[in-house]
Amino acid sequence: MEESRLVRGGLRVATAVVLLFVYLPLVVIVLYAFNESRVQSWPIVNYSLQWFARAAADGTVRQAFVNSILAASGATAIALVLGSMAAFAVQRFAFFGRETVTFLVVLPIALPGVVTGVALSTTFSTLGIDFGLLTIIVGHATFCVVIAYNNVLARLRRTSRSLEEASMDLGADTWQTFRHVFLPSLRTALISGGLLAFALSFDEVIVTNFTAGPGIDTVPLWVLSAIQRPNALPVVNVVATVLIALSVIPVYFAQRIGGGTAGLTR
Amino acid sequence: MTTLGPDRPPSPMRRLAVFLHRHPRLQLRLLLAAPLAWLVLAYFGSLAVLFANAFWRLDSFTGKVLVEPTLANFATLFGTEVYRTLALRTLLMALAVTIACAILAFPVAYYMARIASPRARGVLVVALLMPLWASYLVKVYAWRTMLLGNGVINWLLQPLGLHGPGTGELAMWLVFTYLWLPYMVLPIYVGLERIPGSLLEASADLGARAGFTFRRVVLPLVLPAVVAGSIFTFSLTLGDYITPQLVSNTKLIGNAIYDTLGVPNRPLAAAIATVPVIIIVLYLLAARRTGAFESL
Repeated sequence: MEESRLVRGGLRVATAVVLLFVYLPLVVIVLYAFNESRVQSWPIVNYSLQWFARAAADGTVRQAFVNSILAASGATAIALVLGSMAAFAVQRFAFFGRETVTFLVVLPIALPGVVTGVALSTTFSTLGIDFGLLTIIVGHATFCVVIAYNNVLARLRRTSRSLEEASMDLGADTWQTFRHVFLPSLRTALISGGLLAFALSFDEVIVTNFTAGPGIDTVPLWVLSAIQRPNALPVVNVVATVLIALSVIPVYFAQRIGGGTAGLTR
Repeated sequence: MTTLGPDRPPSPMRRLAVFLHRHPRLQLRLLLAAPLAWLVLAYFGSLAVLFANAFWRLDSFTGKVLVEPTLANFATLFGTEVYRTLALRTLLMALAVTIACAILAFPVAYYMARIASPRARGVLVVALLMPLWASYLVKVYAWRTMLLGNGVINWLLQPLGLHGPGTGELAMWLVFTYLWLPYMVLPIYVGLERIPGSLLEASADLGARAGFTFRRVVLPLVLPAVVAGSIFTFSLTLGDYITPQLVSNTKLIGNAIYDTLGVPNRPLAAAIATVPVIIIVLYLLAARRTGAFESL
């Protein structure tokens, strides 16, 4: 089937329009970060760098970044260990209830975020657990596990067992095979899965808003409260610009390592 | 390597390795124990506690939750018109967003999969992935700024004699469509790429015109991918309460859950939370029939 020139042209224009739609808000917010005025109106009259200095000097912003990094590291660590174990079990063993395990692992991303949030919040308060960084990590880990699981599973499907069998035949035991053959073949999947889980946790707000303790801000929580204070908006623009720049990192690595769309499911 | 020689006495670690190798079932159990314990305790346990709460009673004097089975929360949920309106509006919004995403995503995915050169294809995949990982809140905030009276949208539309969508359902729909679009483009792209060219050639050889081949060969094959994408767009819209709050003055069912929990009325919030769960479960059951789960 050969598409006609009209169809090709039409599709090219449609793609260009959609890309414009996708990037317009990102460009606008980066431009606003350089806006000299405190008031957000378009078009921008004068440009300035003053808000970058203000943002860098803001202690609450720095603390929010520290909290976000801690939460994302914790959630990523849990996700990598549990996700890899589940992926390995599902890929390398045939057992009764395997379909159920697959379904259960993926369910946290299929259920609406507000439900996960209210469920965790309700449970923590029913059990009398104090809200804080730990509750944030638990909340993030529930859906980060899926990311690690998907990445490791995709890799396991592509790598052949014969490498491990060859290693065993040559006299290596289970541990040596694990360390010298199995782990290296999984390394890039673990890195890209970990990065995507980290990025997802770093960005999460719908569940976090339910599970964070009072007075503990992650970056998205800081942005959420700052948005509602007109005075803080110029600093929000700077933080937003930094976040847009940072989002290149997971995409770059996912693309270089995993290739294609491994990072899609969240 | 000396460590591999058989004449060394086996270390305890090695003996454990041999033991595990001979008992694959035990290996499996050890592997599954931790992830399943985590999922069951942290996730399904929480869901169970949530739904238990929906049947408990709130003491209106002390504000404490009493473990006394009651259906009063569900009576409030079904008896109050606000909740019916919110549920219906949320469902319609999720459908409208899903349809808009599919319409916008299809031409892009088709262009990427079938027309663009391999190099342009790689660039386009990255170009669409990048905004997916750009902060959700930054994107919502950007739209909030653009939709203001003196924002970019009105500035762009003014010469045409038009006004922006304001702060109603239209604005919410626009922002949701923007936010979830990449979740629709990528599955459709993968689905289209998987269709073998030989199938399309066979259709053409048998005398089908391009439009006919598209309707009878391409569309049925790519439908599961569209449904897979729609699971994301649908579920993400159902579960969002922050976008409605930031870009419009209209609420969705998620706002009712969040606000009720803040009252605080945990049992009623839990009862309201059953609404999106029931909607998404019905949607997933319908989606499964199209084979969409294989395209996730």
